[in-house]
Amino acid sequence: MSEVNEQMMPPKVVLPKLEKNLYEARAIKSFLLTAMVWGLVILASIPLFSVIYMLIVEGGARLDWEAITALPPAGFETGGGFGNAIVGTLVMVGIASAISIPVGVLAAVYLSILEPQSKLATTSRFLAKVLTGFPSILAGVFVYAILVITTKTYSAWAGGVALAVLMLPTVTLAAEEAMRQVPQRMRDAAFGMGCTRTQVIFKVILPTGMPGILTGVILAVAGAAGESAPLLFTALFSNYYMAELAEPTASLSILIYNFSGMPFENQIELAWAASLALVVMVLFFNILARIVGRSKF
Amino acid sequence: MSLIDDKVMDTLTHQGDFIATPYEPKGPVVIDCDVKNIYYGDFRAVRDSRIPIEKNKVTGFIGPSGCGKSTVLRSMNRMNDLVESFRFDGKVQYHDHDIYDKKVDPVIVRRYIGMVFQLPNPFSMSIYDNVAFGLRLNNYKGDEEEMVVKALKRAAIWNDVKDKLKNSGLSLSGGQQQRLCIARAIATEPDVLLMDEPASALDPIATRQIEELMVELKEDYTVALVTHNMQQATRVADVTAFMGVDISKGGRTGYLVEMNETRKVFEDPEQELTKEYVRGEFS
Ligand SMILES: Nc1ncnc2c1ncn2[C@@H]1O[C@H](COP(=O)(O)OP(=O)(O)O)[C@@H](O)[C@H]1O
Ligand SMILES: [Mg+2]
Repeated sequence: MSEVNEQMMPPKVVLPKLEKNLYEARAIKSFLLTAMVWGLVILASIPLFSVIYMLIVEGGARLDWEAITALPPAGFETGGGFGNAIVGTLVMVGIASAISIPVGVLAAVYLSILEPQSKLATTSRFLAKVLTGFPSILAGVFVYAILVITTKTYSAWAGGVALAVLMLPTVTLAAEEAMRQVPQRMRDAAFGMGCTRTQVIFKVILPTGMPGILTGVILAVAGAAGESAPLLFTALFSNYYMAELAEPTASLSILIYNFSGMPFENQIELAWAASLALVVMVLFFNILARIVGRSKF
Repeated sequence: MSLIDDKVMDTLTHQGDFIATPYEPKGPVVIDCDVKNIYYGDFRAVRDSRIPIEKNKVTGFIGPSGCGKSTVLRSMNRMNDLVESFRFDGKVQYHDHDIYDKKVDPVIVRRYIGMVFQLPNPFSMSIYDNVAFGLRLNNYKGDEEEMVVKALKRAAIWNDVKDKLKNSGLSLSGGQQQRLCIARAIATEPDVLLMDEPASALDPIATRQIEELMVELKEDYTVALVTHNMQQATRVADVTAFMGVDISKGGRTGYLVEMNETRKVFEDPEQELTKEYVRGEFS
């Protein structure tokens, strides 16, 4: 009986060793590579974390109510703040957004939906890509030429327009990409329901692409808020709260630029605090936009 | 499957200018689709096919891939107008309008002649908003919620979604998405539903549900159904149009081979080509 059974058994297989061998060349190589990757990651995050650490430590020390409401101090004065610069930055970034977001999104509609292959589209797409990598100071020079010289004054208007010039390519390209990602079959469905082309764009493509569009807008706003070069020749600076849009206007970035180069302890501390304020502001808008524009579906 | 199709077709293609015996509709006709020629640019995709769509029936379109089933279907609500190179020569009589008349607005045509596509394509909105989409588009003044619920029930998906109307339409399974798309299409109570292989991307169970649904829907609607699955045609279609491809003269032009009551087409076809095609599929 048992003989028969043995004959029917499949031939025994010699199993290889399945235990881990830590001293095998393969295992050692893998360990070394892992260690190297970790090392590089830590190395790469040192500057990142030290910037944030310094910002919080140095900037946090002075970021109080006085700092965010008072006017900038002169020379050897103590105290003071940068309230006017916060207002100026908000206003100019607001102007820039009000110009660049609608124009950029509508341009993106043209590029991604209406005439994606036309000469105008390919040319503007190419120019937008070139402009995203352009030195930002050129936006300042350009607006200086067309707005500051003609109106004969530095102004929040000019600063806003300069920032808009800077934001426009980023917004346009991101919005184009976001709308291009909306699947063709959703568009077909909308046409099949009896939508006109305008309705397809506004009822389906824009809402579906909104998270992507907002990501581009946030990037553009964050970039614009931190720019100083385009504001140097357009908004200049002011030591007072703005009374109107057609006068030289303070901004956080220019204040940081000015104060950090001064030989006074007080101003340098305020420059740190203003930097932290700028980062917090950008972060706040970032989170806000993500909450508002979160893809619910 | 399509290999067999092509072989059968290659040996049996009608040469030249064959024209199918006209189908005599037994009931009222909603869309009388009379194709002379359909072109994409210089390419003649379909020729000489007269396909009347009868009221409250399912009219099936079968034939090898590339014979122009979708092209003809999409000509009936002017969806093909979205293809730049598309050119239609012939007449599509919808009640007493020729929908290719210059005065006709294709956007309005599509509100009466709805469409369900091969791949489920819900919008990235909530289930409720998907179904309400057409009602809002048409500025529907009545009780929106009632219409949405009615459509979802009609599309046999109400029980699946009644507790999650606020969830995304894209969160559903493929079969549920397709029934949602059907609900979306019927919410505005269109006259005709064009369905282009609506079950081809679905598993067998979901396919059966969609098939049962189509049979039910014909009580209220008129359905034109493209399918590559002949069993589906026998199960669902009252009337079947079989299209072939004419490869004489170097082209690949689709045309109507035979149209008749489904039973007749499958059991006692008039054309040798139909017989071969039907047999090829079933053997
Ligand atoms: N948008 C289009 N542009 C050019 N040719 C097309 C287009 N759509 C379909 N065709 C061609 O028309 C013919 C019929 O296609 P189609 O109607 O999709 O066939 P079926 O649905 O029967 O498979 C095919 O030869 C196909 O290549
Ligand atoms: Mg098809």
